[in-house]
Amino acid sequence: MQIVPDKFSSTINEMGRVALLFWETANALFRHKVDWRDVSYQLYFIGVKSQSVVLITGAFTGMVLCAQTYFQFHKVRMDTATLAVVSVSMCSELGPVLTALMVAGRVGAAMAAELGTMRVTEQIDALRTLATHPVDYLIVPRVLATVIAMPLLTGEAITLGIGAAYIVGTFLLKIDPTYSWANMLYYSSAQAVAIGLIKAFIFGIIISVVSCYKGMNCREGAEGVGKATTEAVVTTSISILISNFFLTLFLNRVFAS
Amino acid sequence: MIEVRNLHKSFGAQKVLDGISFEIGKGESAVIIGRSGCGKSVLLKHLVGLLIPDSGEVLIDGENLAGMDERQLLPVRRKFGMLFQSAALFDSLTVGENVGFVLRRENELSPSEIMQRVEETLEMVELPGIQNKKPAELSGGMRKRVGLARAIVYKPEIILYDEPTTGLDPVVSDSIDQLILRVCEQLKVTSVVVTHDTRSMRRVGNQIIMLVGGKVYANGTPDEIFNSQDPVIHRFVNGISDPKEHNF
Repeated sequence: MQIVPDKFSSTINEMGRVALLFWETANALFRHKVDWRDVSYQLYFIGVKSQSVVLITGAFTGMVLCAQTYFQFHKVRMDTATLAVVSVSMCSELGPVLTALMVAGRVGAAMAAELGTMRVTEQIDALRTLATHPVDYLIVPRVLATVIAMPLLTGEAITLGIGAAYIVGTFLLKIDPTYSWANMLYYSSAQAVAIGLIKAFIFGIIISVVSCYKGMNCREGAEGVGKATTEAVVTTSISILISNFFLTLFLNRVFAS
Repeated sequence: MIEVRNLHKSFGAQKVLDGISFEIGKGESAVIIGRSGCGKSVLLKHLVGLLIPDSGEVLIDGENLAGMDERQLLPVRRKFGMLFQSAALFDSLTVGENVGFVLRRENELSPSEIMQRVEETLEMVELPGIQNKKPAELSGGMRKRVGLARAIVYKPEIILYDEPTTGLDPVVSDSIDQLILRVCEQLKVTSVVVTHDTRSMRRVGNQIIMLVGGKVYANGTPDEIFNSQDPVIHRFVNGISDPKEHNF
């Protein structure tokens, strides 16, 4: 009789191997020379090139959250609390999570596809024969660039989301701007912003390490690369959502104490 | 210089290498032959530590690669240059960046010195002035030459060739053979060539190792192999199929 199902044991096995890759990347980051030209190229690709998609996501999330909150709060004459709700939600939850999901879709897929193609065309083996460790050359710059870019992108998404909500609230829904602004400042805290940015940093690690792992371990052929790309996006997205719940509990406890 | 002792490797239930042993001396040019799927490329990858054997030893200048981890292998791999079957050029880099890859990573030469070394090496493989092209713009033969330029630019001691003439027309194949001979002569390197091409094996090798069923079936000079009366060797070097075999 099989006590542990195969699917479960392979998932645990894979989680262990992702953790080992993360450990090796962290070791390489501190013990070996980092090529900052590669990091800056990745920073451009991951950070600068992701801005449009992240900013659109942030702006429209802020706008729809403002409208929906207003429609409910208006019934109980709490219109001026609308922006406070938008601000708190954007800073600690929606900003980091939606930014991470968008970056996972754009950057995670690209990382897995690029590394997967390199693997099936023997480019990673070629790299190894050229006395270059694949973790040093391929993974460290990507992980470093993603953990730098993610908090910055999240900060932009939060700012634009709140700004767009303010415009929708005051100009379209005619909420009193002075009271709204005062309420928003009163209920928002530096703690919520800090929680959002810490989450973004951790999501950056999840996106880059999982996507690189999927690419580096993809199976042969075009089908293997396609599967690795899909798995990278699905696994990172689910990991972001699950870890967000635990991070919310943990970080609120930490900041409360 | 290269010594393989009782090497075993399986992938799942499939046994690929079954107790391989041989030696290749310094400056020798060895050719590994055998039918498709007999484990030639797997053996070649063991020589540079790209695959870890299930058991057995791979000794390079007396150092056993089998017990080393990826980081310990890096300095040993610096002795090697490898030309892959598909050339395996980095498609995000230009030809010049591909060829100068190791020199740039080592950071011991100035950019102008690296550029000059890249130019000289591309001239050696008869492809001058293509530094700014991308690998996608090159033909199959040109890609192999650039792959070889990348493998020799840092003057390795051992060069491994994985089916260097596969998929090329006879004229380009001949020019690749000439190039292998020239590299051998000029750089005084040890060469290990995996090939199916009988003309190529006669020209570039002074030692031929034939694999059959995951074992070394024959190991000798080109004359010994080509004049052998053994039916398996005779059929292979003359390209004669055996109707008794199910996959002839």
